[in-house]
Amino acid sequence: METEKKPILEMRGITKRFPGVVANDGVDLELFPGEVLALLGENGAGKSSLMNVLAGLYRPDEGEIYIRGERVNIDSPRDAMALGIGMVHQNFMLVETMTVAENIILGLRDIKTVPDMGGIIKKIRQISEHYKLKVDPKAYIWQLSVGEQQRVEILKQIYRGAEILILDEPTAVLTPQESEELNHILQQMTSEGKSAIFITHKMEEVIDFSDWVRVLHQGKLVTVKKTAETNPQELARLMVGREVLFRIEKKPAQPKEPVLVLEQVQANNEKGMPVLKGVDLQVRRGEIVGVAGVAGNGQTELTEVITGLHPVSGGRVLVDGKEMTNRSPLSIIKAGVSHIPSDRIAMGVVGDMSVANNLVMKGYRKEPITHSGLMNLRKIAEFAQRMVELFRISTPSTATRVKFLSGGNIQKTILAREIDSCGGVLVAAYPSRGLDVGATEAVRNEMVAQRDRDNGVLLVSEDLEELLTVADRIVVMFEGQIMGEVQSEDANVELIGLMMAGVPKERAEKQYYGSDHATDV
Amino acid sequence: MQLMFEKRKSLSRKAIVLVPVVSFLVSLLLSGILLAIFGANPMRTFAAMFNGAFGSWSNFTETLVKAIPLMLTGLGVTIAFRLRFWNIGAEGQLVLGGVAATWVALFWSPFIPDFLLLPTVILFGSLVGGLWAGLPAYLKTKLGVDETLVTLMLNYVAILFAEGLYYGAWRDPQGYGFPGTREFPQAAWLPRFSGRAHVGLFVAIAIGLILWLVLNRSKWGFELNMIGKNQRAAQCMGVNVKRNIVLALLLSGALAGMAGAFEVTAISHRLQQGLAMGYGYTAIIVAWLSQLNPIAGLFVAVLMAALLVGGDQVQMMMGLPAAMGLVMQGMILFPMLAGSLFTEYRIKRIDKQEHAE
Repeated sequence: METEKKPILEMRGITKRFPGVVANDGVDLELFPGEVLALLGENGAGKSSLMNVLAGLYRPDEGEIYIRGERVNIDSPRDAMALGIGMVHQNFMLVETMTVAENIILGLRDIKTVPDMGGIIKKIRQISEHYKLKVDPKAYIWQLSVGEQQRVEILKQIYRGAEILILDEPTAVLTPQESEELNHILQQMTSEGKSAIFITHKMEEVIDFSDWVRVLHQGKLVTVKKTAETNPQELARLMVGREVLFRIEKKPAQPKEPVLVLEQVQANNEKGMPVLKGVDLQVRRGEIVGVAGVAGNGQTELTEVITGLHPVSGGRVLVDGKEMTNRSPLSIIKAGVSHIPSDRIAMGVVGDMSVANNLVMKGYRKEPITHSGLMNLRKIAEFAQRMVELFRISTPSTATRVKFLSGGNIQKTILAREIDSCGGVLVAAYPSRGLDVGATEAVRNEMVAQRDRDNGVLLVSEDLEELLTVADRIVVMFEGQIMGEVQSEDANVELIGLMMAGVPKERAEKQYYGSDHATDV
Repeated sequence: MQLMFEKRKSLSRKAIVLVPVVSFLVSLLLSGILLAIFGANPMRTFAAMFNGAFGSWSNFTETLVKAIPLMLTGLGVTIAFRLRFWNIGAEGQLVLGGVAATWVALFWSPFIPDFLLLPTVILFGSLVGGLWAGLPAYLKTKLGVDETLVTLMLNYVAILFAEGLYYGAWRDPQGYGFPGTREFPQAAWLPRFSGRAHVGLFVAIAIGLILWLVLNRSKWGFELNMIGKNQRAAQCMGVNVKRNIVLALLLSGALAGMAGAFEVTAISHRLQQGLAMGYGYTAIIVAWLSQLNPIAGLFVAVLMAALLVGGDQVQMMMGLPAAMGLVMQGMILFPMLAGSLFTEYRIKRIDKQEHAE
C-alpha cells in the first residue's frame, strides 16, 4: 500500500448559482481511486447540481476541476465521458424500444455506420460476466425491470470506459436484495481501481456502501468523514443541522370499522396486460395500512383504481360500504377519499397556478370559496394563508406559482389540500419520495395524525423504513398480487424483502426461519 | 453551446405588458423597412394608415365593422387556447355560422314571427358554429385525434360548402350572375347604429366582459384553467376533463359562428363571396397578442381591424397593396412569439463572460 494516495478527482471551490439560489457555494471534493464516496444531503443541498457540474451538464460559475492532477474543463457530457466520468441518472436515460446493446452504443462516435453487433454483444457479455451485471444484451429495455435497467446504465458507463461512476440515488428503485447486489458490483469495481460517487439521503446506505462521506447542507460542504468513523445519527444531524427523530411518536392503532374495502380487484394497463390480479384489501378507520413493493408492481394502479383514475376490470371497490367501483373521480372524492398521487408534479398540482389556487383545488366546489358559481378571492386567500401557516409551507406568498416551490413544499401544499378535504380515506402514494428529512417528518406525522382522527390511511411506499415506522400493518405487493401481510411492530425486513421479490409469505417464512418457525408469525 | 436562457422564478408582470407593446413597435419597424424597399415613405404610410382607420368618424366606424368579427372570433379562440386546444378553425366556424344564419333567414322566415326571426337567425348561426368546433373536440377527447389538423381542414370544408351554396343551390336568380344568395327579409337585418357599424359591437363587448368574469372568476373558469395547465392534475381533482373540453369548444365555435351570423345579417344581408376573409385566422393573432385576456382581446381586435382598414386606405391613397395591413399583422406575431419567452425566461449574462473565457 502506498502511504499517500493521489486523488483521481479533485473539485476545488465549486460555486454554481441559479437565479435567487446558490446551489453550490465553494464546495471541495476529493475522490481516491478504488474508493466509494457518498454525497449526503437533504433535497436542495446541492448534491445533484455538483454532480451535474462534474458530468458536464452544468458549468460552474467558479471553481476548478482536476482529474489525475490535471486541470480540466468539462463543457459537455462528451467531455466528461472522454475523461472517464460516467453518470447514472435517477431517471434512466434509456430508449425503451431499443435493445440493451443498442442503448449501450447509442451516441458513441467510434462506431461504424453498420455496427458490428456481434462483437459489441460479446464485449458487453464479458463486462457483464466480470461484474456480475446480469443482463441480456439482446433484450429490449421495456422488457426489463427497473433494477435491470439500472444495471444497463452501469454497464453502459463501464463499456464507455468510465473510471469514475456517479450514481444519483441508485437504491431508490431497488429491493433490499438488489441494493445488496449493487453494493457487490461497486465493490468489484473499486477493487479494480475504479471509483464511485453516489448521491443519497439515506444514512444506512452511506454506512453500507462508502469509504468516505461528504455532507452538503444548503450548498455548502459541512463535513468530510471516513465512513468507519461516523454513525447514522451523527450524519443525520450534520445533514439537517439538527437532531432528527428516527422513530416518530405514535400511539398504538385503534382500528374501527372498515372504510375502504377492495374485493378481488383486477385491472389492466393500456396494453391490456393485467396489472392487478385479484387484490383483496381492507383499510379500517384509525389504522394505516402500508403497501410495500418494488415500484411498478401494481401499487400505482392500486391507488388509481381506488381514486377512480384507472378502470377496474373485475372485482369491487367499496368506500364506507358504498359501491365505488369505476365511479368518476369526483364521486369518489365526494365519498371522502383524498389522494396524494405518486407523481406530485404531474398529478398533484398545477404548477402554473398559485399556491392559493392549488390549495383550493378540492374545496373550490363548496361555499364559501365559491358562491353562486363565482369564486371568492378573499376567502381563497384567507383559506390559503391558514393552510400555509398550519402546514408550514415555505413560500414567498400564496400568490406564488407552485412550480417555483421546492419539492417538499409542493408536497406540503398537496398534503394540506388533501388532508383538509379528507372525509374518511387518505390514499398516499410515495408521499415522502425525494423529500428531505424535515419534510419527510412532517408528511409522516400527518399520516399518523389522520389515523388518530379516525381516518383510514393507505400508504404506498418503496421505503421500508417509512412503512415500518408509519404503518400499522404492511401488505407486500408483487406483480399485481398481495404476497402477504405483516404487523409492522414485529416485521422482519428480510422477510418483507423476500415477499417483495415474489416469494409468498408462507414460503418466505420457511426460507427465512426454517420450517419450524413458519407458524408463529 | 451553453444555455443562454434561464427560467424566471416568477412571471414577469412587466414583460406581460411590455412584450405585446414592443412586438407592435418592432413590427412597425420591420414593416417600415419593407415599405422603404417598396419605395414608400414609411412615416407617411403609417400616418395614412392611422388616418384611414381613425381619422374620421366614418373611417372609425369601418374599423369597428371589422373589429366586431375579430372580437368574437378572437374571444372564441381565446377560450380554446386557454385549454391548450389549438382551434385554428375559427374561420370555418364563422363561415358555417353565416351559412346556418342564412338558411334560417332565407327559408324559415315565413314560419317565424318577425320579432323572433333575428334572434333565431343569430342563435342558430352560433349553434352551428359551436357544433363545427365541437366536432374536433369530440374527436380529440374520444379518439385522441389531433385537433390542429382537424380544425384546419374543417375550414376548407365549411368555406367550400358555402361557396357551393351561393354559386349553386342558393344563388340569387336575379343576382346578375353575382355569386350570392338573395337578400334577407328586413326582419333578419341586424340594426346598424352608424355607417355600417352595427349593434353586434355591444354584444361583442358584453361577451368579452362576461367571458373575462367567467374565465377568471367562476368555478367553471377555474376548472378550464386547471385543464389547460395540467390536464392530468385536473382529472385527479375530480374535474370532468373531456366534457369540459367539449363544452368550452362548443362555446368557442359559437362565438365564431355568431361573428358569421353578424356578418351576413348586418353587413351583406345575404350570403356572398367575401365572408371568409381571414377573420378566423387573424383571431389567432388577437388571442396571442391579448395574452388570452378577453378584455385586452377587445382592444387588440380594434387594433387589428385598424391595420386592415388602414391597409385598404393606403391602397387607395398611395397605390400600395392593401395586403400591407396583413403583412403588418403577421409581422406582429413573430416578435410576439419570440418575446413571450421573456415572460418566463431571462437572459443570463454570466454565460457570455464564460464564453469569452
